[in-house]
Amino acid sequence: MTATVRQARLDLESHERPVLDKRVSARAAMELVSDGDIVAIGGTLYSRTPMALVFELLRSGRRGLTITRSLTCYEADLFFATRTADRLVTSWVGIGLPWGLSPVVRHYVENGLAAYEEWSHLALGLRYKAGAMGVPFLPTMTMLGSDLARQAKAVSVRCPYTGQELLAVPALVPDVALLHVHRADMYGNAQVDGYTHMDLDMARASRRVVVSAEEIVEPGEIAKRPDHTILPHFAVDAVVKAPFGAYPHECYGLYEADTRHFDSYVSLLRDHGPDEGVRLYIEANLTAYEDFEGFLRNVGTQRLSELNSSARELTT
Amino acid sequence: MSAATGKGYAGAREIEVSPEELMTVAASRLLADNRVVFAGVGAPLVASAMARRLQAPNLTIVLEGGIIGTQLRAGQLPVSTNEMRAGYGASMFTDITDVFLYAQRGFFDYGFLGAAQVDCYGNINTSFIGDPEAPRVRLPGSGGANDIISLCNEIFIVTAHERRRFVDRVDFITSPGYLSGGDSRNDAGLPFGRLRNVVTDLALFDFEPGTHRMRLQSLQPGVTVEAVKDATGFPLLLADEIDELSPPTATELQVLRELRGIEAVRA
Repeated sequence: MTATVRQARLDLESHERPVLDKRVSARAAMELVSDGDIVAIGGTLYSRTPMALVFELLRSGRRGLTITRSLTCYEADLFFATRTADRLVTSWVGIGLPWGLSPVVRHYVENGLAAYEEWSHLALGLRYKAGAMGVPFLPTMTMLGSDLARQAKAVSVRCPYTGQELLAVPALVPDVALLHVHRADMYGNAQVDGYTHMDLDMARASRRVVVSAEEIVEPGEIAKRPDHTILPHFAVDAVVKAPFGAYPHECYGLYEADTRHFDSYVSLLRDHGPDEGVRLYIEANLTAYEDFEGFLRNVGTQRLSELNSSARELTT
Repeated sequence: MSAATGKGYAGAREIEVSPEELMTVAASRLLADNRVVFAGVGAPLVASAMARRLQAPNLTIVLEGGIIGTQLRAGQLPVSTNEMRAGYGASMFTDITDVFLYAQRGFFDYGFLGAAQVDCYGNINTSFIGDPEAPRVRLPGSGGANDIISLCNEIFIVTAHERRRFVDRVDFITSPGYLSGGDSRNDAGLPFGRLRNVVTDLALFDFEPGTHRMRLQSLQPGVTVEAVKDATGFPLLLADEIDELSPPTATELQVLRELRGIEAVRA
């Protein structure tokens, strides 16, 4: 049920995009997601992941989603284990080399319970970019000759001017994009410090966009640094306030990733097996709380402030 | 298993060197000054950072997180090329897709990669062990490896030398080396990108002109040709003259160990 760029264009033309207060709760924002949707997740691996939104999506009871992300961290495990998603479109999955392969992703994919559709990092970026540009494909040399291209059923085209053979990477048009930023105003003008990852193209390719922000600021604050704005208000549908909204992942300059949280998650999987381990994690970190703020309260201000100090020390 | 028993020399004093350190030091020596290297995380990144602190102070390190000219802080090496540690001291951040497009344009002299499984033509598999349709192990995937090996000008691969990693043909070509040898890479639409070397804890390889098969060029200190043959899952081509790499110097080891610092220990 991938939308074409033409459908995405007609969809944009069919509704107005007034300048209005778009602030909602994370729970209300998930109303934009329907069963079976393609949901794009911003940030990369354990950087600027919209974790407050992801946790709310996992709580929402949605089923049969396709998750798409540049590099995917352990949220893939949580999406599969809760049956929220049964398909992952990405270039890499895992937490990072020191934490090894994900036994949860292995279990679901090797047993045919979920699908992992692999593209190269650039190819996925170009799929978003084609969507963001409103064109059905983009030509590239990457992935040519590899089994990756064959498996993804990506076909090549011949340049009409030079005859050069190029891979035609198809546009990816997610139904909903979720991303986390440093600050936004109530209209959805969204600013990022540090890395932008693939967020701009991903969001512009998507039919609906939910932005969570460390802080909601006055429009005048946005106008002081317009060069930091990565998305204009008319490309954003909902704004959610979420301080520490990427935890346990990092947010550039504000807090480092909590690698101890990763360690304890991986220990759970090792000690109890992938099925039971991930269930215990979800029970203790997701189901135990009403919302993301409850989860953060349990982490505690001391730990959050340690991660904040190390981030500031690295970036100032 | 990797079997090199490395020794480094600081004057008359011998220093114990791990196989992993032998490999990383040999890898770092391959990088010349005033080049741009697109480095993968792990050994490629550490080797690049070493080169910058030794023979190549004007080596520009590029990481797939969109980071250009990173300097990295000793003792705080990143695990992910997208975390804030990866951009320490960098001169430019751009987005991920954009940094790969610099590679496609041809700005990156070197692409530097690790490998879960590599074959005699330098093809890399990081996707599946066993039949891709019914895999025994689903590996993490390409990440940027396919793009780096497809788009950079000269390619280096660094990996531990084990028989299960050095296979005749990989189970799945995640990242194309010379494909099936000869002109097949060019014919597949990849006219650019030359595989220069594969470096391991046992040896250094190049690729035979024409056939584009991996060829033993140099041995790590104290390693025999037989040991390399035993750890390699394909018939080994030998260069006309096979020399021995010089052991890591005290300075090289010091730089490497300082960089590593407390890499594994994080508050």
